Amino acid sequence: MKSLKSLKRKAPMGLFSLFSLYSYSEPTEPSKYNMPIGVTEVSQSIFDLHMIILWVCVWIGVVVFGVMFFSLWKYRKSRGAVPAKFHDHLGLEIGWTIAATLILVVMAIPSTQVMVSAYDDAEGDINIMITGYQWKWHYKYLEDDISFFSNLTTSQEEIDNAIPKGEFYLEEVDEPLVIPVNKRVRFLITGNDVIHSWWVPDFAVKQDAVPGFINTAWTNVPKTGIYRGACTELCGIKHAFMPVVVRVVEQDEYDAWVGQKIAYALAEKELTSKEWTKEELVERGKGVYATNCVACHQGNGMGIPPVFPALVGSEVVLGNKAKNIEILMEGVQGSAMQSFANQLSETDTAAVLTYIRQSWGNAENGDGEIVVPKEILDYKNNKSL
Amino acid sequence: MFCFSFLLIPIYNVFCEITGLNGKISGPSFYSQTETNEEHREVLVQFITLNNESMPWKFKSTETQRKVMTGTSQEVIFIFENPTPKEMVGQVIPSVSPGRGAEYFHKTECFCFEQQTLTAGERIELPVRFIVDPDLPKDIGSLSLGYTLFDLTKLKKESALVGL
Amino acid sequence: MSTIIENHDDHDHHHGPAKGISRWLFTTNHKDIGTLYLWFSCIMLFIGGAMALVIRAELFEPGLQIVQPEFFNQMTTNHGLIMVFGVIMPAFVGLANWMIPMQVGAPDMALPRLNNLSFWLLPMAFGVLISTLFMPAGGPNFGWTFYAPLSTTYAPETVTFFIFSVHVMGASSIMGSINIITTILNMRAPGMTLMKMPLFAWSWLITAYLLIAVMPVLAGCVTMMLMDIHFGTSFFNAAGGGDPVLFQHVFWFFGHPEVYIMILPAFGIVSHIIETFSRKPIFGYDSMVYAMASIALLSFVVWAHHMFTVGMPLAGELFFMYSTMLIAIPTGVKVFNWVATMFKGSISFETPMLFAIAFVALFTIGGFSGLMLAIVPADFQYHDTYFVVAHFHYVLVPGALFAIMAGVYYWIPKWTGIMYDEALGKLHFWLSFISVNLTFFPMHFVGLAGMPRRYPDYALQFADFNAMVSVGAFLFGITQLLFLFILLKAIKGGKKATAEVWEDNEQWGLEWTLDSPAPYHTFTVQPEVK
Repeated sequence: MKSLKSLKRKAPMGLFSLFSLYSYSEPTEPSKYNMPIGVTEVSQSIFDLHMIILWVCVWIGVVVFGVMFFSLWKYRKSRGAVPAKFHDHLGLEIGWTIAATLILVVMAIPSTQVMVSAYDDAEGDINIMITGYQWKWHYKYLEDDISFFSNLTTSQEEIDNAIPKGEFYLEEVDEPLVIPVNKRVRFLITGNDVIHSWWVPDFAVKQDAVPGFINTAWTNVPKTGIYRGACTELCGIKHAFMPVVVRVVEQDEYDAWVGQKIAYALAEKELTSKEWTKEELVERGKGVYATNCVACHQGNGMGIPPVFPALVGSEVVLGNKAKNIEILMEGVQGSAMQSFANQLSETDTAAVLTYIRQSWGNAENGDGEIVVPKEILDYKNNKSL
Repeated sequence: MFCFSFLLIPIYNVFCEITGLNGKISGPSFYSQTETNEEHREVLVQFITLNNESMPWKFKSTETQRKVMTGTSQEVIFIFENPTPKEMVGQVIPSVSPGRGAEYFHKTECFCFEQQTLTAGERIELPVRFIVDPDLPKDIGSLSLGYTLFDLTKLKKESALVGL
Repeated sequence: MSTIIENHDDHDHHHGPAKGISRWLFTTNHKDIGTLYLWFSCIMLFIGGAMALVIRAELFEPGLQIVQPEFFNQMTTNHGLIMVFGVIMPAFVGLANWMIPMQVGAPDMALPRLNNLSFWLLPMAFGVLISTLFMPAGGPNFGWTFYAPLSTTYAPETVTFFIFSVHVMGASSIMGSINIITTILNMRAPGMTLMKMPLFAWSWLITAYLLIAVMPVLAGCVTMMLMDIHFGTSFFNAAGGGDPVLFQHVFWFFGHPEVYIMILPAFGIVSHIIETFSRKPIFGYDSMVYAMASIALLSFVVWAHHMFTVGMPLAGELFFMYSTMLIAIPTGVKVFNWVATMFKGSISFETPMLFAIAFVALFTIGGFSGLMLAIVPADFQYHDTYFVVAHFHYVLVPGALFAIMAGVYYWIPKWTGIMYDEALGKLHFWLSFISVNLTFFPMHFVGLAGMPRRYPDYALQFADFNAMVSVGAFLFGITQLLFLFILLKAIKGGKKATAEVWEDNEQWGLEWTLDSPAPYHTFTVQPEVK
């Protein structure tokens, strides 16, 4: 392995890049014709290699087609050409066979170097388990024990051509993978059901997600930004509808995001792990009401209309709880009712809502639905009720 | 050639075992701590649990990762729980990343050697005992031990029907 | 090469061809069977082509307009299966049936009844395959490469019909190959040593060995699939100790030689045509033979280049990169030899020659993209994108298909005794040439820009080129209707063809010493080759 390691020299690559006629200046817009240069060292070496091979092929093509088209023109029968009789030439044949072999050997050298530099099993600063599902990606951060699914957010209306398509049509997700800039990220990739494949062109990372097996990949991204990729192994009907989106951020933003995710996970665990009974919620809600709501809505729920509406027999409290939750979360514009989203915990919000929906005859007159803490958490995280 | 294509399976398995390709490690390792020229060093071993498809069991490792010294015997406990109302059979398939590290990862005891049957609601804790070979190539800094839990209940029933 | 030939069958009318449908059902005549194969592959060309047009119609614009992904996946899968197993392979077998006995001076194939069975298995197999599209569960939808577990655990019930169909096609190919090898090795005219044999016969001798070697591997692969699906085995199922990646190894061990099976006969055809229309012997006959043999041998050790992202270790990836790059050498030698044949020849541009020249140029472009794909780190960016689709369509459409069409134009006057309409032929060529490039060249661009394959819908930046590709595809499809018209016209009537058909052609092969149309039975007395 040592000898392979010593092949990781960059100098010959630099020399070859002279032939590539491309500079490393910032690409303004991704090319519609060519591979992206990408943002990592690996993606840039791969781009250079690609350009070298492409130019070699172009030049060989120019020579071979040149001779061919020349012959087709010069040796046309209509021009009076008389055919020669030769039908072999050992020297020429050996010559071009050797020439072809040499060209291939010369191409194989930088190819091997780039390959060796891309294949790296060193430890990662962070480790992320990526699992391909039909039809979404699942990301699990092993150190911090946070995990989530990443689903396509392009609407069915756009896909069905009912409304105009957004800029990132089929390339947008609800929860992108978030990684810190300039850190070595190690990916552990597997599949949950069939074989998928995780690809981000700007990182030049593509590995198949095989069920029952774990593949590794790594990247180290030096530039913040949003990078979009795709699933590249046929996996069923929504193969085209499970994109990859990676957000690369500064370390402090990453830490904050991780913190948020951990907090959410803990909160959700706490809230969902407990089975709240109606009685428990009502009891707790009574206390919350007494502290926060009595001033305006009064202890008997009658309020002081019109400024402070009655909660007894209120359409909002009797009807579907979605509106009820929204009012507590958003407040009511142009009125004294403020948003309580930042003042009350999810549990307290759910409790007080349950209390008012269960009190003063509201349960008998309305749908009597209770509200559980998780619904408040979900609302805050913008999920549908 | 027809028979050759079937022979490819054992050939493939043997090849994978010898070279550790594809992270396949099969049966128990009988590892004796004989003298090696390599010094012992620290390696990070990660324990990853995955449930294939819709396998409903709770399957977790008690530790996400552990720094271990090569050549030392280690034990990690895994928890299995069947929350369904019926008896089920599961099989854990291991996978070591990077693949070429597989041959240096010796499992002396593992629940992946056998199928596990859990009755409704049953919860068990099972160990994995392993030793990381000191000959592990220096450029491998961490080993990820991935366990995928598959639901074999239906497969077992079908095999029983066919008489396999 | 001088020959002594006799054509006797004018005397024996009572065993001329039978009449009516029984002629075609029961024929053991290589010419009739060749005709059956060619018509079969022509019909399949239009069916598979129609599927391609469904795909391209959907991909004309972003969004789902015409078909849903469920059906789209069936179209891509069956388009591939039909074109590979129902068009290219049977067409080459049809050309082999027609031409090999005449080229080697044999009265027929070695095993004429086996020949009949080999053909008739195909309509049956494809009948089964295509019928699955009309079944409630839908047809196969897992790509022509049918990777497990998408094609095992997650496949529609019709997968069993698919497996049966593949078994039958495979049996047909194996039997046909046995026939070809036996004919070539045993029935050459005295004096025709192997190194004097026409290059088309050589290309088929090598192809037949490849078929016998790898079709059984495909049979093993689909049998393992069948067992996993129905008998509780776990060849490709990790749950039972198997491995989905094993499927890919077994499949591509078949699959890579398969693609050389689809191109080697083309090399043979093109060599003959360039020789005739350059009026100059093919340059480097011996190296042409050795090159084809090397390509065939090397084709067995490159299969994993279809699997570079599956998680192979570094050593494996490098090995397959090197072996794949190596194949470029014998292939390159062949291209140089074709060009050297044209060089200092006396060239005319009849339709077969136009197709042959286009083959050399465009197949070479396909070869270049193949070389790029061989480079493993670069392949990380190309794999499973439209760049791959561009590559294989270049080598198969302006590659194999153009060679087949060239062969048909070249040999049809021998079969029917009538010259096809040259002006229409040239029109067919130019329309095909332009539309084929319009269709497949932009695929390189969208692939490099990041569009994956087997996608029924795509992000907006890929829209412009996709529209271009779709237009090209429809043009190409409609142009082939012109081809059908030309064929029917060339059978019905027109200018009569001479025995040698093309100027001074008798020197190039035994087949040109026969009358046009070639009599029903030829070489009933063996010619002598000096």
